Amino acid sequence: MSKKILMEGNEAIAEAAIRADCKCYFGYPITPQSELPAYLSKHLPEKGGVFLQAESEVAAINMVYGAGGSGVRVMTSSSSPGISLKQEGISYLVGAEVPCVIVNIMRGGPGLGNIAPSQSDYFQATKGGGHGDYKMIVLAPSSVQEAADLTVDAFDLADKYRNPVMILGDGMLGQMMEPVEFKKSSKNNLKRKTWATTGAKGRKPNVINSLYLQPTELEKVNKKLQKKFKSMEKEVRYEKFYMEDAEIAIIAYGTVARIVKTSIEYARKEGIKAGLIRPITLYPFPRKVIEDAANKINSFLVVELSAGQMVEDVKLAVNGKKDVYFYGKLGGVVPSPIEIYEKIKEIALSSRKK
Amino acid sequence: MKKVFGKPKALQETPTHYCPGCGHGIIHRLIAEVIDEFGIREKTIGVCPVGCAVFAYKYFNVDMLEAAHGRAPAVATGVKRAWPDRIVFSYQGDGDLAAIGTAEIVHAACRGENITVIFVNNAIYGMTGGQMAPTTLIGQKTETTPFGRNSKIHGYPIKMCEMLSVLDGTAFISRVSVNKPANVIKAKKAIKKAFEMQIKGKGFSMVEVLSQCPTNWGLKPIEALKWVDEKMIPVFPLKDFKVKEG
Repeated sequence: MSKKILMEGNEAIAEAAIRADCKCYFGYPITPQSELPAYLSKHLPEKGGVFLQAESEVAAINMVYGAGGSGVRVMTSSSSPGISLKQEGISYLVGAEVPCVIVNIMRGGPGLGNIAPSQSDYFQATKGGGHGDYKMIVLAPSSVQEAADLTVDAFDLADKYRNPVMILGDGMLGQMMEPVEFKKSSKNNLKRKTWATTGAKGRKPNVINSLYLQPTELEKVNKKLQKKFKSMEKEVRYEKFYMEDAEIAIIAYGTVARIVKTSIEYARKEGIKAGLIRPITLYPFPRKVIEDAANKINSFLVVELSAGQMVEDVKLAVNGKKDVYFYGKLGGVVPSPIEIYEKIKEIALSSRKK
Repeated sequence: MKKVFGKPKALQETPTHYCPGCGHGIIHRLIAEVIDEFGIREKTIGVCPVGCAVFAYKYFNVDMLEAAHGRAPAVATGVKRAWPDRIVFSYQGDGDLAAIGTAEIVHAACRGENITVIFVNNAIYGMTGGQMAPTTLIGQKTETTPFGRNSKIHGYPIKMCEMLSVLDGTAFISRVSVNKPANVIKAKKAIKKAFEMQIKGKGFSMVEVLSQCPTNWGLKPIEALKWVDEKMIPVFPLKDFKVKEG
């Protein structure tokens, strides 16, 4: 299929997973991502794969551990409260270096919150989430096409680093329909997974484990993991929009970045030189490009569907060189392009006064 | 000289970390003997629990995964669904299987996952130092029931074989003990039957093994063997609860 078809974000991620040779899917229904497992329940078995609706998110992530530890490509998906339940399992997956893909189609929180789009799981996704010192690559698509492309990349990156990879979208991305073309595909390479528990045929037994009782031994394991997380930094991805002559840089990711693009068009019409840096990888965070921009432009505006989470990483990158403003929406409320434009205008006027 | 007895191939050469008089060593050996007898060592994948048997992967000479506390049936499900032709077993204690992991064991059984579960019930938490287990007997003193388990406060011991045997997905459910040679022979037979059920694709099989814990029961090893007979078996009767025919 190389022509464009109209598809929901959730379904596009599911179809891309099949094309990335995902062999097993384990999950538990939760809005606004339920179309993803529904699609796979129909189409994954057609391709010889396994779809299993688990008894809970906790069970699902541990099934992922079993299948991923045994070398097959495996995925789970959920939305914010369900992802919280998976955190124990994610920590074990990282600790035992089991590759897998985890999709979080974020909704409003805390607690049961609601089912509207949100970006309030940024900290949880990028700073660890579960117990122990760990990181995983976090990919933040802003369109259905990008969600499909990044899903295929997610499986490759998970295998490359023997680490879980998270796709972080929001309810809007999961639910909206857009034309999508499945350009990418990828295959699992079991031969390279010499560590997998597939049965100790003609070799010594393999063990998938994160238990190291001796502190000096666990220290070594942690140092090795930290080195790996550091090496993931070369996977950094971002998009620049109108940044060549920008005086104000807006930092936004996911679907919010698309709203911001419209706001920037409004600002440009009014002679305000606004531009956008859109992180595509949230971990690794595109620190360098923001650090470099801080030498040229006047001020930064971070726009998120949260009370201000990514803004902390932006401030670390800017390192006090310029003002960093924040505009956020809470509880599943999505800003209009005009609202963000008004904020851009306000910042532009105040920096001219200076 | 003719060799008449040796270590099963499915066990590794490793010094034991289990306490004197503990039942785990016997149970490990029985599983290993069964694996050898079926000739399935190279296609068997085990899942370890959290608890005293957390290091089971250091003993078995097969591929193994260390699961989070209680999640072994879910991990085993993942392995078995990925590789249906492999033989997959989990090894779990009473805290792991019958307290924190009840959802996972019930639903693995309910789905009829074609896996084998070895459930070691010693009525106490061993590794954390002798706290009340879900299978602790009424009146039994533990670190967290210093005046004895009181049903009004702590509820009753959970009976997993009785619970799981009513589920349609279960093929073989049996409770055995390893407190004397005759019982060890019966335990081996049950473990062999459980693996056979999986090999034949019959569905979920579980063997609950009553095991002695002299250290945390505060008894001498010989007294502990008697305690299984006198106290545990009346509450946890030894028998086959379910044998799926055909």
